[in-house]
Amino acid sequence: MHIMEGYLPPFWCAVWFIISAVVVIYGLMQIKKATEDNDDALPLLALSGAFMFILSSLKMPSVSGSCSHPCGNGLGTVFFGPAVTAVLSVIVLLFQAILLAHGGLTTLGANIFSMGIVGPVCGYAVWKALRQMNISAPIAIFFTAFVADLLTYITTAVELALAFPGADMGATFATFFGIFAVTQIPLAIAEGLLTTVIYNYIESARPDILVRLGVISEQETGAN
Amino acid sequence: MEMKNIILLALVAILIIAPLVMYAGHGEDDGYFGGSDDAGGEAIEENNPDYDYEWFTSIWEPPSGEIEGLLFALQAAIGAIIIGYVFGYWHGGSKAKKEE
Repeated sequence: MHIMEGYLPPFWCAVWFIISAVVVIYGLMQIKKATEDNDDALPLLALSGAFMFILSSLKMPSVSGSCSHPCGNGLGTVFFGPAVTAVLSVIVLLFQAILLAHGGLTTLGANIFSMGIVGPVCGYAVWKALRQMNISAPIAIFFTAFVADLLTYITTAVELALAFPGADMGATFATFFGIFAVTQIPLAIAEGLLTTVIYNYIESARPDILVRLGVISEQETGAN
Repeated sequence: MEMKNIILLALVAILIIAPLVMYAGHGEDDGYFGGSDDAGGEAIEENNPDYDYEWFTSIWEPPSGEIEGLLFALQAAIGAIIIGYVFGYWHGGSKAKKEE
């Protein structure tokens, strides 16, 4: 999902940068609010960011024959919402852009938009919908992380198709979709499973924090 | 709970090992196990020969695959340290509470 440095024309760099900047600023305000009156939120926030750090460094092989990496953006989304996840994604993407030449500074806005905004927003919608239907948190988080990961890559395909539409934008999108999204399906499943595992550990360690953040209800803590 | 997590992790291992078995013997030289990010860049170059993708280049690049591996390992290590620290912090906290 990393669009490489220079691989977006300046116009699109600016578009994605502006949209992402607005969400990141809003996310910073959300972080301030979440940690202000809740000392327990900070370690959980650090953990969510660290989970993203690890997962986005793991390049895994896919059945499509090429390699890609998960994003880790579902976990923080469930705890703090999509805007906070956008802030966490900035840290990861800056590290990779500066030290690894993965992604770039000009494409930072576009990469935040896919990994920090669209993926988390779609994942969050899935989370809310499944929880509304009384699906248990570990199962709901699997689908949240799966969708957040997959939509991140689909967004990258959309961004590239918009910037390089060619003669037929539909066909161009199909090309990028084939490169990014198809490879990503098994990895999104792996990401869903890994996110569920770490969620299980968090829930058994500190269910009280999750209740305070409104992730699970009081009754659910007794169920385990 | 413990058993459930182990099963989930085993499933992840299967997902990762399956392609390695399926394409055993293949490698980067015949187009396998390359990165999808790179493939995306190549598709742009192929279909847009006039586009100057060097209008802005990376300010720094790892000089070799070895250095890149070092930095990726560093990235994972930083994440792992923080996760380990937070779980330890919670564990110690609840232990101290029980002893009170």
